[in-house]
Amino acid sequence: MIEVNNLTKRFGDFTAVDNVSFSVNRGELFALLGPNGAGKSTTIKMLTTLLKPTSGKLKLNGLDVVKDPDAVRRSFGIVFQDPSLDTDLTAYENMELHGIMYGVAKKELAPRIEELLRLVELWERRNSFVKTFSGGMKRRLEIARGLLHHPKVLFLDEPTLGLDTQTRHLLWSYVDSLTKEKAMTVLFTTHYLEEAESNAHRIAIIDHGKLIAIGSASELKKSTGTDSLEQAYLELTGSEIREEEVDAHEAWRSIRRARNMR
Amino acid sequence: MRTVYILWLRQIKRYFRSRSRIVGAIGQPLLFLLALGYGLGSVYKAAGRGNYLQFLVPGIMAQTVLFSSMFYGAMIIIDRQFGFLKETLVVPVSRFKIMIGGALGGATTAVIQGSLVFFISLAIGFRPHNWIMTLVALVFMCALALAITSFSSGIGSFVQDMQGFQAINQFLVFPLYFLSGALYPLNNVPTWLRIIAEINPISYTVDALRWAMLGTTKFGLRADILAMSITLVVLMTFGTIRFRHIRD
Repeated sequence: MIEVNNLTKRFGDFTAVDNVSFSVNRGELFALLGPNGAGKSTTIKMLTTLLKPTSGKLKLNGLDVVKDPDAVRRSFGIVFQDPSLDTDLTAYENMELHGIMYGVAKKELAPRIEELLRLVELWERRNSFVKTFSGGMKRRLEIARGLLHHPKVLFLDEPTLGLDTQTRHLLWSYVDSLTKEKAMTVLFTTHYLEEAESNAHRIAIIDHGKLIAIGSASELKKSTGTDSLEQAYLELTGSEIREEEVDAHEAWRSIRRARNMR
Repeated sequence: MRTVYILWLRQIKRYFRSRSRIVGAIGQPLLFLLALGYGLGSVYKAAGRGNYLQFLVPGIMAQTVLFSSMFYGAMIIIDRQFGFLKETLVVPVSRFKIMIGGALGGATTAVIQGSLVFFISLAIGFRPHNWIMTLVALVFMCALALAITSFSSGIGSFVQDMQGFQAINQFLVFPLYFLSGALYPLNNVPTWLRIIAEINPISYTVDALRWAMLGTTKFGLRADILAMSITLVVLMTFGTIRFRHIRD
């Protein structure tokens, strides 16, 4: 469903993603793990047409991501790491806008919105402006929105950041049922390794832009001789603390700006 | 069409929900009308040119539409800062439709603002020479609004922050406005000023509005319409091309 071949992204001298290859099968729940600044978000941005790769091939749902962005956009849904809602619209209006942009049929739109808003327990608040929502509520709304058009592939970039245990549990059981019933493919990133361990079918670990390990949680544990994914992860990536995550593209922009000033 | 409509509707909803924006965007033209209209009225009359308020109102309406339309570009920068822009960039809708839906919405709100100024002007004594022709003025306002919202979406596509956007407003749009014939007649001005006014697209919209509302024109209606059409086509092309390369 997702094919990544020799993917590389450079921002000037900085290589954010370095010759990465992996593939994700249909109906698979796939985790992309790595320390801050490892290249996870950059990889997702390229897969979701927001960024063009420097080199390499990307295929999603059998379509070339670079050559056929519009068709690719129809195939996936995404929950971004940072908020991407219109806070001056209500929860319902955000859903409606999204549904129409994705061409969800008129008859289907209202029942689907209701189903999803009920699922994330925001139906009672459907007519409230999003600016009055807490961080967790916004997150839930984004997740509901990402599922509205029944995407074939769902990208979740740190979807559970700032969510309480109940909501996380709800999210993962719903995502799990979607992969089973609708054969939806899910690629997610997270810093909660227990989440990856208990939900992901397979896990890829990237560090400094390079893919360093790929396999199921038990395979990763076995290959490193550890007994939890967290230990395996630390074994593979080392325990030094990385600098705060900077959006690689943003970093490049500021470098370029600084150069232009000189 | 549904996608263009919903993006248009988003702008309209946001406009009517922001009372401060409506009031704020009326404040500046009102100040111009009162301060200049009354302040310079007697000088204008003494110079034998008649009623300055009558002359001024079409200029101030153009001003309102111009700056309200420029504000639409700032909305794109706000969308980028709040993250909503990303959402619009991954949807399976062509960049052109996204651009045009938003620009039409921004243009609609700008024309509403311009019309509000018209009604305020009526309250302080302005009278159009022919009421039916004010509908033609509405068409001219729409043309200006769409041209400028297209332009400002193009600017919003590559200017990253509000400061950069303000700089374009200060160094490009304000001069174009002050050097058009909006505030003073272009007869008997120095040659350099006349030349600038003649290559300035804003001058032609102002002139067309005067034609519709006062029945007077400097460049002639044909030249006005030609200049406005060229401006609209050029700026829409600019906006479309820039928006295609937009980055979040």
